Amino acid sequence: METAPGTLRRTPLSAVHRELGAKMVPFAGWEMPVEYSGLITEHLAVRKAAGLFDVSHMGELEVEGPGALAFLQRVTSNDVARLLDGQAQYSALPLPNGAPADDVIVYRRSADRFLVVVNASNVEKDYKWLLSHDGGEYELKNRSDDYALVSLQGPRAQAILQPLTTVDLASLRYYHFADGELEGQPATVSRTGYTGEDGFEIFVRPDHAAAAWKRLVEVGSPQGLLPAGLGARDTLRLEARMCLYGMDMDETTTLVEAGLGWIVSLDPAKGDFPGRPVLEAQKRGGPPRKLVGFEVLGRGIARHGYAVSVNHEPVGAVTSGTYAPFLQKNIGLCYLPAAHAAVGTDLEIDVRGRPVSARVVPTPFYKRAQ
Amino acid sequence: MYPDDRRYTKEHEWVKVEGDRGRVGITDYAQNQLGDVVYLELPEVGRKLKPGETFGTVESVKAVSELFAPVAGEVVEVNSALVSNPEAINTDPHGQAWMIVVRLQDPKAAGSLMDAKAYQALVESAK
Repeated sequence: METAPGTLRRTPLSAVHRELGAKMVPFAGWEMPVEYSGLITEHLAVRKAAGLFDVSHMGELEVEGPGALAFLQRVTSNDVARLLDGQAQYSALPLPNGAPADDVIVYRRSADRFLVVVNASNVEKDYKWLLSHDGGEYELKNRSDDYALVSLQGPRAQAILQPLTTVDLASLRYYHFADGELEGQPATVSRTGYTGEDGFEIFVRPDHAAAAWKRLVEVGSPQGLLPAGLGARDTLRLEARMCLYGMDMDETTTLVEAGLGWIVSLDPAKGDFPGRPVLEAQKRGGPPRKLVGFEVLGRGIARHGYAVSVNHEPVGAVTSGTYAPFLQKNIGLCYLPAAHAAVGTDLEIDVRGRPVSARVVPTPFYKRAQ
Repeated sequence: MYPDDRRYTKEHEWVKVEGDRGRVGITDYAQNQLGDVVYLELPEVGRKLKPGETFGTVESVKAVSELFAPVAGEVVEVNSALVSNPEAINTDPHGQAWMIVVRLQDPKAAGSLMDAKAYQALVESAK
């Protein structure tokens, strides 16, 4: 409870969360639901049925104009030219040192109209960073207040959403999106998520958010849907080994070190972007350190910041660590020198003064059955 | 909702005096703040505790929290069943999920802690 509640922003669903008895916490300047019925229950609901998340705190930046594509090619790490209309792409805004200012999803609405969805904690920073680049024939707008965003995740997501939307979900592929209606109101449905499950992120108008949420809960509840908070979102994404900005990566960790070399395009046609020389060298020659997954073998949860040693030599710190509710193991991520990053490497983690053994394991920790 | 057969600390522990002994646990408010508990570490029998001294840790999926002795005394009993099934802290914090029993150094010392009404008021003000 580090910030006075009065200074926190509220999403259009704030009143709904309160009605549901959610526990609200400060997060990235917002007052957000951390859990409703309980973190573990919510986590398991997403793995087995469905969960509904309010992620309206995420930012939406719109880039529009004939120069929009060229601009995005200059400021993002992935190859935006590969996107077709209605397609989305995981990417990053790299800095000159090869580290991300943020990780983002770029949506191509049309050849000259893109939406960039950014982390809540970075909206202002990203917006200023993008404005600082040379102009071109495009307009950059912060549209964050114009969208509410709910995320419906889990194996039952399609069955729950389909009766409520005009978008044909069966033909909507992973990392694709479509405009349509949700309960008679405009909505953009994107087959994306941050849980390791199938699911949808649904952009709606803020004044429609509460009605959309309530209908999804009404239709989904009999199928096992639960409202899910930031707590479950964090444990779900970690089981799926998805990085969290500010924890597993920041302005000091390169994209290649974070294991995100696959969103760094070296295609000559893409051209130059910040950090390209560093990222190119690391992609070709290997990074000096790597973000790896570990499993705790001893008793204890390895949490963010706990020191990690190999052969009693301090080599790094835990970036994310948790009890993994579906796997029923304690897992985490940490940066290790490349020489010590192989799967099977034995680690020792300092859990509040007590050494606890751990081992580097393959990731993702959890992968859903196809 | 807080039982009036015991006393409470501002760190959200309770102590129930039973003769010269005090049974200690954490409050419903504390378990609710923690969320799903997955680990509990408790002291050995025989450990002498000063008021406010750390006697263990309770860990939920998202947070770790120290346990503080509400009163002075020697640990005479430890709820080892709870260590194996710490989720009872979420379901029955004031009953089954007691943590330790101490032989009280001063059986009257608990009297200076908050009663149920005062604790309830503290919790309400934190909301």
